[in-house]
Amino acid sequence: MKKLFKSLAIASILGALMSPQALASSSEGYIPAKNYSFSFEGIFGTYDRAQLQRGFLVYKEVCSACHGLKRVRYRNLAEPGGPELTKAQAKAIAKEAEVTDGPNEEGEMFTRPGQLSDAFVSPYPNDEAAKAANGGALPPDLSLITKARSGWHGTLKSLFTYSLFNGSGGPEYVASLLTGYSHEAPNGEEKDGLSYNPYFPALWIAMPAPLSGDDVEYADGTKATVEQQAKDVAAFLTWAAEPKMEERKSLGLIVMLYLAVFSILLYLVKKAIWANVKH
Amino acid sequence: MSGHSNYEFKNPLVNWVDSRLPIVSLIKGQAMDFPTPKNLNYWWTFGGILAIMLVLQLITGIVLVMHYTPTADLAFDSVEHIMRDVNYGWLLRYMHANGASMFFIAVYIHIFRGMYYGSYKEPREVLWMLGVFIFIAMMATAFMGYVLPWGQMSFWGAKVITNLFSAIPFVGDSIVTWLWGGFNVGDPTLNRFFSLHYLLPFVLAALVFLHIWALHVPGNNNPTGVEVKSEADTLPFHPYYTMKDLFAIVVFLMFMAAFVFFAPNFMGHADNYIEANPLSTPPHIVPEWYFLPFYAILRSIPDKLLGVIAMFSSLLILLALPWLDSSRVRSGKYRPIFKQLFWIFVFNCLVLGVVGGQPPEGIWVTIGRISTAYYFLHFIILLPLIGLLESPKPLPASISEDVLAKSGAKSS
Amino acid sequence: MSTVEEVEGTRRDFLYIATGAVGVVGAAAAVWPFIDQMNPDASVLALSSAEFDLAPIAVGQSLTVKWRGNPVFIRHRTAKEIEEAKAVPMSDLVDPVSRNVNAPAGADASDVNRVVDGKEQYLIMMAICTHLGCVPIGEAGDYDGWFCPCHGSHYDTAGRIRKGPAPRNLDVPPYKYISDSKVVIG
Repeated sequence: MKKLFKSLAIASILGALMSPQALASSSEGYIPAKNYSFSFEGIFGTYDRAQLQRGFLVYKEVCSACHGLKRVRYRNLAEPGGPELTKAQAKAIAKEAEVTDGPNEEGEMFTRPGQLSDAFVSPYPNDEAAKAANGGALPPDLSLITKARSGWHGTLKSLFTYSLFNGSGGPEYVASLLTGYSHEAPNGEEKDGLSYNPYFPALWIAMPAPLSGDDVEYADGTKATVEQQAKDVAAFLTWAAEPKMEERKSLGLIVMLYLAVFSILLYLVKKAIWANVKH
Repeated sequence: MSGHSNYEFKNPLVNWVDSRLPIVSLIKGQAMDFPTPKNLNYWWTFGGILAIMLVLQLITGIVLVMHYTPTADLAFDSVEHIMRDVNYGWLLRYMHANGASMFFIAVYIHIFRGMYYGSYKEPREVLWMLGVFIFIAMMATAFMGYVLPWGQMSFWGAKVITNLFSAIPFVGDSIVTWLWGGFNVGDPTLNRFFSLHYLLPFVLAALVFLHIWALHVPGNNNPTGVEVKSEADTLPFHPYYTMKDLFAIVVFLMFMAAFVFFAPNFMGHADNYIEANPLSTPPHIVPEWYFLPFYAILRSIPDKLLGVIAMFSSLLILLALPWLDSSRVRSGKYRPIFKQLFWIFVFNCLVLGVVGGQPPEGIWVTIGRISTAYYFLHFIILLPLIGLLESPKPLPASISEDVLAKSGAKSS
Repeated sequence: MSTVEEVEGTRRDFLYIATGAVGVVGAAAAVWPFIDQMNPDASVLALSSAEFDLAPIAVGQSLTVKWRGNPVFIRHRTAKEIEEAKAVPMSDLVDPVSRNVNAPAGADASDVNRVVDGKEQYLIMMAICTHLGCVPIGEAGDYDGWFCPCHGSHYDTAGRIRKGPAPRNLDVPPYKYISDSKVVIG
């Protein structure tokens, strides 16, 4: 048994080296995401409702001008495990949106106020329109952004301390990127239409600094610094990408507990059965 | 199959069925009373673990298909629909995705166990070869399954791997076009991969059936490698090994659950949460971790055709393993030099895995080439040679004797 | 057999039974996600209400709309149809229950209980024959209501079953008026 565990431990360390998070390379000057701590980290971590609501406000007031959130539906805002707005609040938010529906009896498409069952309306009708309006760069839909980006590349430390327990660092990447515009480009270099941001793997990003501080006014009195807003919107987008996280973790704890008890019982059964056998 | 069973059951209905279709006595003979060496260690539980993993993948897969749409336009959306809207959809998908990784973890342990204890040696060559076919079918299934979510890694993984066939002289390009059903990976490709991804697991199940059949002819190998001599060496499979396997299965499920519930995307790649885009390749494409050693072999040969040949050879050489190992002693336990070479081989495979995930530049190229060379060296030169050169430790006369010697040593 | 062995035996039996019970409970719980995944998902449930404008429907006209994937009849009944429906004595009805979730529980199938009071010209009901689910044809059958061509069920001008194999009156879906001519089904 001991030998088995030893070999498994060695194999798992070497195996972990193969994990994609440990591998990617990056450009000179790139900085891995700041290891912000979030309430949803760890096996007991849950979303901070107030933070999600603040983050939603930032998304709505700032990001949504260019970025869609098409996989989230207005009803999700009122569902458990998320920002948990009231149904009436979610309905009001949906109503502000202009949803294209149809065709009607005349065969025409028409717009109507959004309903809870509608998906978030994207700012542009399609990717081409989005590119055309943004100088050829496509502002990505943010529905999955925290799962589609990793915050740390290459180091072993990042692999074990962050990746295994805190995910690939997507939320940290988003927050770091939004606060990363204050860095100066080396040699004061400038590029037309691009901003320098060392947290962006390619270093030069088409999105101009979206936050300047006090971009929104928080209802709960939290001071809307750039960093605060960045963290809030990163948390909100983490929920948008993984809305079932709380359900997953709470079910997970029950399952782990069950399996632990069951395995102990099975071990005792196995021992009892083998008690009189020399092996 | 001929002959009547020797079993007589108390229940007349069972007897009635069994005398017409001896399924009850088959189960009793092969899954309950089957004589199993009494000294099997926990490494032997991975066979049972693998059977459960196959069943789990089949069930979660069949259920996911109820919600998945295999067209290029909707595949990614339907996966997100599963994750967000379908009742327990997130659980089913994370189980299936992580289940694939767990399946490979278990199969690698199972293969290395077979290698260490010489389970491929006479009279178990066919059993071993069936295992290699299962492994290859598993890889094909996993590869096609990874394409289905239609993320960036899905798409570019499919493109790169199907392009391997373009290395075939003269007809390569036509074969690739045929595989794609077009001039790029696209809707037809996704559709056929989906069809085959659904089909192959059943082929896999049939191969597993043959694998178990081939196992039950000579019976299990065991850590001493000494064949069963008498009834004193064995125990009935049930309850001794059913309970031991069940315990191991539940522990393994706990390991899997830790990933499914608390780190579900650890084994995956962030880029696969970006919808497939045929116009832009991600900066760094890597296959799933379980393909990395073979990917490293592919890349360490600077010639396209030879690289592909080397990669497939690294798998197919396993088929020849029973004849490459010249030793008369079966278990690595009694082979001092082999034992060390075995661990070097395992380490080398892990190194290949690490290399496979690195960009093919600088020192990694050199390490990759050395490791690739050593991989083949192990099979072609070292194994045949040391079988003749090393002097094995004395073998126990029987399993019972070995067991008694060990428990005697423990009590004294 | 000595007592020590007996005690050990009982203890072992208890262990086996406890383990078996825990295993059965776990297996049963594990089956649930695989069953529940076939239930309507969140996006289907969210589509449970739909809004319709009744104003364009002229007297004597019908409209078939879709709600939760099923056809719903909205009929603007003529005065004659309403009169006919009201004149039917309860004893003539095959199914004396209103089959209207909007009506008070236990209401009978008289015409008023099939519609909203004051809006009795609009008859709104599921276009699904209560026999085996076909869509009945309007203004047809022996009672000038609906007639199901699949197996010959006749419904009257209030959508009540009068003749044929169907066991129940056509079901009235949950709905309410949000303005004079607008109705929300679901």
